[in-house]
Amino acid sequence: MEKKTLSAKLLASPHIVWSVLFIIAPLIMVAYYSFTNADGNFTLENIKALSDYKEVFLNSIWYGIVATLICLVIAYPTAYFIARSKARVQSTMIMLVMLPMWTSLIVRTYSIMSLIENTGIINTFIQKLGFEPIQMINTSGAVILGMVYDFLPFMILPIYSVLTKLDNKLVEAAHDLGADKITVLTKIVLPLSRSGILSGITMVFVPSVSTFYISQKLGGGNFALVGEIIEGQFVTSNNFNLGASLSLVLMVLILICMAVMNHFSGDEEESSGGLMP
Amino acid sequence: MSTKMNVSSKIYLGLVYFFLYAPIIVLIVFSFNESTSTSVMSGFSFKWYGELLRDADTINAVKNTLLIAVVSSVCATVLGTAAAVGIDKMRNKYLRSAIMNTTNIPMMNPEIVTGISLLLLFAFSSQLLGIKNALGLHTLIIAHITFVLPYVILSVLPKLHQMDHHLSEAAMDLGCTPVKSFFKVVLPSIMPGILTGFIMAFTLSLDDFVISYFVSGPEWQTLPIRLFSMTKKRVKPDMYALSTLIFFVMLVLLMLINFMQARGDKKKEKDK
Amino acid sequence: MKRIISMLFVLILMFSCSVIAFAESSPLTETELQAKYKKLAGTSINVYNWGEYISDGSEGVMNVNEEFEKLTGIKVNYATYATNEDMYTTLKAGGSAYDIVIPSDYMIQRLIEEEYLEKINFDNIPNYKNIMDEYKGLYYDPNDEYSVPYNVGMIGVIYNKKVVKGNPTSWDLMWDERYKGQILQFNNPRDGFATAMFLLGIDVNTQDEKEWRRAYAKLIEQKEVLQSYVSDEIFNKMEAGDAAVAAYYAGDYLLMKDNNPDLEFYYPEEGTNKFVDAVCIPKGCQNKEAAELYINFLLSEEVALANAEYLYYATPNKTVINNDNYSLKGNPILYPDKENEPKTQSYENLNQYTLSLTTKLWSELKIEGASNTAVYIKLGVTAGIGLALIIYTTIKKKKRQKLYDV
Repeated sequence: MEKKTLSAKLLASPHIVWSVLFIIAPLIMVAYYSFTNADGNFTLENIKALSDYKEVFLNSIWYGIVATLICLVIAYPTAYFIARSKARVQSTMIMLVMLPMWTSLIVRTYSIMSLIENTGIINTFIQKLGFEPIQMINTSGAVILGMVYDFLPFMILPIYSVLTKLDNKLVEAAHDLGADKITVLTKIVLPLSRSGILSGITMVFVPSVSTFYISQKLGGGNFALVGEIIEGQFVTSNNFNLGASLSLVLMVLILICMAVMNHFSGDEEESSGGLMP
Repeated sequence: MSTKMNVSSKIYLGLVYFFLYAPIIVLIVFSFNESTSTSVMSGFSFKWYGELLRDADTINAVKNTLLIAVVSSVCATVLGTAAAVGIDKMRNKYLRSAIMNTTNIPMMNPEIVTGISLLLLFAFSSQLLGIKNALGLHTLIIAHITFVLPYVILSVLPKLHQMDHHLSEAAMDLGCTPVKSFFKVVLPSIMPGILTGFIMAFTLSLDDFVISYFVSGPEWQTLPIRLFSMTKKRVKPDMYALSTLIFFVMLVLLMLINFMQARGDKKKEKDK
Repeated sequence: MKRIISMLFVLILMFSCSVIAFAESSPLTETELQAKYKKLAGTSINVYNWGEYISDGSEGVMNVNEEFEKLTGIKVNYATYATNEDMYTTLKAGGSAYDIVIPSDYMIQRLIEEEYLEKINFDNIPNYKNIMDEYKGLYYDPNDEYSVPYNVGMIGVIYNKKVVKGNPTSWDLMWDERYKGQILQFNNPRDGFATAMFLLGIDVNTQDEKEWRRAYAKLIEQKEVLQSYVSDEIFNKMEAGDAAVAAYYAGDYLLMKDNNPDLEFYYPEEGTNKFVDAVCIPKGCQNKEAAELYINFLLSEEVALANAEYLYYATPNKTVINNDNYSLKGNPILYPDKENEPKTQSYENLNQYTLSLTTKLWSELKIEGASNTAVYIKLGVTAGIGLALIIYTTIKKKKRQKLYDV
């Protein structure tokens, strides 16, 4: 038994080697830049300069949280209904969720803009119906819309893959024991899919804090997001040092948020372990 | 857990798909525009499709993009699945979370940081080795594997978590070798996770611009690099035409796979 | 005797040097050029250019790279970038050897200063004679050693005549409250600040922090009337009539006008930016001679004409400007005559402190006006809910454990 787990553990070793070479080594470079100035001398100036960007950081995290929650609310029922549809069409439906993401981000963004512009397709339609046009583009709502559109599939997929093999007998047994639909959902289905939800949240929240392309275009550039600021430091002012320290702090902030999240997953290991025979 | 859907769930799914596909419909419409605009429709024409077929650079970029996406997502899926199995077996909480956090770094970093830090790494090591033109296909693939890996691991782990560990132990008690029990018992039950991980890896690799931009050399240009570098001038409807074509090719491919699966299922039922 | 011999020796040396120098300063003839093509056929060059910045064979125009390959047998590997700064980052990091880059003026100045460029051998570029004299010896390369002009252009203000009344002439149109919510500003610090600096009469190359802050205050004032900060999406917004006033490059205005005839254009009276994009050879190139032949090819009448027709930017090439086949010949916007010529100023390379300052002010501009306390409250409430949930689940867990213990 000991030997078996050891060999299984060894399966992670190529990944560990890869991580050291291509994740840790570049990370060390980022850390090096963030504690040096342009001449390569040690400095804490970059860290001090961060206080200029407090609000940007907090705003980005706030947008990330809101986008993640909206994604979760939309994605969970979607994944649930897909997992409950006929086995034959399931894989097609899942691929259909991903298919829009295979067209270029730029082209997709332009299309969304054509839809929600002040004189765009949706507003033209609304006006034809005799209502006042709605300001959609260049609002904070549009920024969040951009994030949700971009990351929704990354919430649907992991939840679906966990739900698809959920033991149907458990649900039936609960029904037989007199549980109503809502009880079944909250007491059985939801707890059992928690690991999928956590993966989904990670895959939406983490990148959405640092993203900016869609949200910048839809928000009209009126909202400074941290991803944009870091990009600006690297390419506009060519200040690698400040850019590196900004991204280092961003990483720490995300890690803190994820640690809070993981507190819930600790709870989950127990409950799912308890249910498995 | 497949049962019949009721009407309201169908309506809900319809709305979600409509949300995902509304922009796609718009881009298909503008790909038939007569003028160079992508916001004002001035007439119907197929001319941008003709332009596209003559554009050897773009076609070449599409080929490069597909090659890189396929190779890197396959490699990342194999590497990531193995890693997930290993991580799942780890009982040391700190080691586990250390590896998980490291894995997530490329996802946490804004793409530009990943891109530039990898560029610096490649430039530095090529200087050590004395290679002049270091950037190319291999650096692109390495970079893509690196940034899609966390998505694969994050989709396989929940499935492993959900799996009944006693099953593989039972298989081994019955005389299966660990390798055989992995392929016969573990792999089939985590397959949906592997598949979703692969799809996500492929998708991310296909549309990545920032990281690819910094690690690509002069001979390996991808489609997103071409598209993003057009944004100083304008993106013309020929790129809409390209997106439309890619979309329909993929759609037809999906339909075919679905159709063949359906036939296979029917055959199986008959055999029974 | 010895002295005479040594003097003679020196004389001979000087003479031979001058002969060589004379020989070197004569540009290649057509036959010599053909010989070079033969010699270099089969090699390749790596060209690094802006996206969509060369006539590429679409809609029946000339495919410049393909023609060059046909003529010389030298293969062209063509890569593209979106901004000067993107290109600078790739050059700075190294890792790939480019033979041709096409940066803008201020970036060339910077690249020369930091020694990233190779001196060009102009003998291999006989077509350099086609470049107009006014584009020789410019401030970024005063001795004409490193660069050959490719395109020139100016920034102006575009407006929709259906919305904007009268004949505006000043930058203050971009601050006009009557057009609130219909005005677009650049989404990059250099051009964005320049609009305010020209209006206020500030030198756009100043290194004085106070002046930048003055421009910043003006931009804050503008934020009230602005619709959004844009880059490439300006095309769609102006063409579809979503916005009515915007500053952009003259050549691109002509492209927009094709799709929306209501658009008008002017160069503001306070002055505006003029830029030159020029071809350079970076250090570490692998095929310098072929790169020079490529530059020569770009300067030939046919190719320069095809590029000028395709790009809609003004050309520094006199054979094109005087060409009767050139559809934009004498276009009043691209080539304003002496009386209407606007006051212009070029961008120069800023020092690191000023660059960082502009980026910082630019990001402050973006978050200005957003209520900063609100985000603290929102995040605080979220954290509170999170904390409550954690406490709740821990208590529940303990209770359950107690149940099992009993």
